[in-house]
Amino acid sequence: MPLVFAGVCSHAPGITGRADQADPTVRDDFYAAFGAMRESLEAAEPDALVVIAAEHFANFFMNNMPAFAIGMADSYRGPIEDPAWLGIDRVDVPGNAELSARFITKVMETTDVSFAQEWLFDHGIMVPLHFLTPRYDLPVIPANINCQGPPLTPLHRAWAFGESIRAAADALPERIALVGTGGISHWPATPDSGKINIDWDQDFLARWSRNERDRLLDYDDLDVYAEAGQGGFEIRTFVAVSAAAAGAPGTVHFYAPIPIFSVGCTVATYDLGVAS
Amino acid sequence: MGRVVSLYQVQKFLYELNRSEDTQAAYVADRHRSLAPYELTDEERRALTDPDIGLLFHLGVNGQILMHFAAFHQIEWADYLQMMRDGIAAHGPVREGVYAMTGYEGVDAHAAALGQASNARRVGTAGDDAGEVPS
Repeated sequence: MPLVFAGVCSHAPGITGRADQADPTVRDDFYAAFGAMRESLEAAEPDALVVIAAEHFANFFMNNMPAFAIGMADSYRGPIEDPAWLGIDRVDVPGNAELSARFITKVMETTDVSFAQEWLFDHGIMVPLHFLTPRYDLPVIPANINCQGPPLTPLHRAWAFGESIRAAADALPERIALVGTGGISHWPATPDSGKINIDWDQDFLARWSRNERDRLLDYDDLDVYAEAGQGGFEIRTFVAVSAAAAGAPGTVHFYAPIPIFSVGCTVATYDLGVAS
Repeated sequence: MGRVVSLYQVQKFLYELNRSEDTQAAYVADRHRSLAPYELTDEERRALTDPDIGLLFHLGVNGQILMHFAAFHQIEWADYLQMMRDGIAAHGPVREGVYAMTGYEGVDAHAAALGQASNARRVGTAGDDAGEVPS
């Protein structure tokens, strides 16, 4: 089946963990946008959800850091963080090892990936699932791009990864949905946490919405670090989804900087033109 | 070179601590003993046992690892951020790791470099017709 859904959203731990400290009006608007994204995802009737995340040293460390990894288990545990700190209960999230194996096999035809039969979900996946599959009843296939430990996965390889994901989804009989999670500009967990470069974010989201490959890949990591923080490296997850959308136009349903959440909170989708 | 390897050891310990309840129990029982398998300088050992969040940030520990160590010690978010700022003020710019890429000299210097307004604002569809955001 052709890919049935493609979108992106924020995943910062403060979104759930520090919810009580945010302006309730903008917070609730953001949550409502997440709710609308959930409805769109459900309307696409997916059999599985691929989540491209920027894993934060919950599973992979600098002793063996994959540029790309995809999970291949029947269930996943999360969050790795203290549930009280994150504001999300620890649960078992369903996977589908057999489907993952077929999916990974197809991805590997064009992009080298690691596979992982163990995967502890951190906030990068748990926060989106908390809003998008709150009953944890949709099998998840986690995927990771190295956005944390330099040398980082090059942007053009993140694009290639997205193309491989699209080809794999299209080749399988199941209905595959895709969500990329990450920040745009942000300085998470540093003294600058809470800073957000709104102009930079808006420019990036314009490129993302127009799905302009050349402009989405026209970033230098040193410039990104200076203007968008180390959290800006996570644009790789958004870029991969752009590639998977294969030229489809995107819509930003919500964007608002919420400093206590440490990120410009974003909900956006591509119009794949897929009839459900 | 030795210092880079040592930062690796500091972060490796924290990675294990964040993931493993056994490591957490060992650390609670005897902080110094739990560090024995790791090749650390005296400064790093002290930073991990005190604990000294500001010094760990100065040494180059990634915040994605460090914030969980702070939470493990029941340090509130605002206090965690301030401890890192104090660490930079006391010890100087971040020494190694990803935050040393462009020389991190503190929150005020970074804010001035950005020159950004702090007021929150919203945008709409990131096309030609930015406007009201549907909710």
